[in-house]
Order: sequence, then C-alpha cells, then structure tokens
Amino acid sequence: MDEPEETLSLIIFSGTDDKLTSASTLVVGAAALGRRVDILLQFWGLDAFRADSVHREHGVAPEAPSDGARRLHDAHLAHWADVFAQAKEVGEVSIHACAQSMDALGITEQQLDPLVDGVEGIAAFMAEANGPVVFI
Amino acid sequence: MENTTTMATTQVTEVIDARGMACPGPLLSLIGAIRQGAVGDVIEVWSSDQGSRTDIPAWVAKARHELVEVVDVDGYARYVVRKAR
Repeated sequence: MDEPEETLSLIIFSGTDDKLTSASTLVVGAAALGRRVDILLQFWGLDAFRADSVHREHGVAPEAPSDGARRLHDAHLAHWADVFAQAKEVGEVSIHACAQSMDALGITEQQLDPLVDGVEGIAAFMAEANGPVVFI
Repeated sequence: MENTTTMATTQVTEVIDARGMACPGPLLSLIGAIRQGAVGDVIEVWSSDQGSRTDIPAWVAKARHELVEVVDVDGYARYVVRKAR
C-alpha cells in the first residue's frame, strides 16, 4: 500500500438512505485498499449530515420502486453513518461541507455531525482532486 | 462452489465469526484484527457474505499479507490470513 494512488474524489449531493449507503460502501472499500478519499457534501447530502438528522429516515431515491424503502429497511445493513466512521478509522478519509450549500440551506458548522471535518469551498476540493470526480 | 479445503496445520491466533454480517463488515473485522495483531498472527474469519470471496483476497494482496487458505463450509467460508508485516 506504499505506492501513491489517485484520490477518490466524491461529491455527495443526494441525501437518501440508499444513495448514502451506496456511497459509504464505496468509500470504505476505497479506504480499506489504501486509497485516499476526499468527500464534499452538497445540498441534500449535506443536510443528511446534520447531527440532529443523521439517524433519521431519509427515504430512498426517486428511481426506487414503491417498495424500495421497505426492502432497504428489511436488509438490515449497517447505517451509512457508521460505515463512514469505519472508513475514517480504516483509511484516510476527509469529509467537508460545501460552503455554498451551507449558506444556501442556512446550516452552521456547529450543526454538523462530528464525521464532518470542516467547511471548504469548491476550489479547495478541486485542488485536491488529482483524478475524476464522482458525483452521487 | 469450489472446495479448497486443505489439511489445516496452521496455528490460528484468533477466530472471528462474522457470519450474517453484510458486505463490507467481515472485511472490516479482518482489517481490525490484523491491525491489532502481531506479525505472524493468523486470523480466521468466518463469513457468509458473497462479497468477502472477492474482497478479502483483494485486500490481503493489496495490504501484502498472506491468504493461507479459504475453506468452504456449508453456507459460509473460512478465510485464513497471516499478518505478514
């Protein structure tokens, strides 16, 4: 795991539980294999990371079938917030809140879950991105 | 499913029963045990997760440890991994 690798640069825009679960799985896998992961939270993805809303139900994506929420619930997967926490333990994962989304939604840094490392602008995020940006 | 059972002569340091855990739970349990262990320790993870079949060998190779063997049992597999460094 010594050779430098491309950072996984991930923008999390969506705030539904299925997409956040999917994103957390991708992130923990990348982190486990020694890949640095840089996450920027925007809009509904950011809203889901408020400390008072992390463990609420966030529904499923519009493309999910009518029984999608129930099937996800019945799968009893680990909660995405716990998987992000594991990813941070196992590898080098940073999670930042997009400054623009913070302003747009009226969210303050004090309201964010401790999983979030801070607030950053898009230029700072792109400056760290040495490969493609993945958007979910 | 291919049966890779061999005569297990390896002294196992720790057994982790991760059966029933979803991907990537068993892999993360293995990583935690390897990190806490000493070089030469042998960790055996029991997993019923299909993802483990690809993920555990991939991680072990990448992290440069040793996959001693994969033993298929009824409904799950035992992954025997030696901490190499």
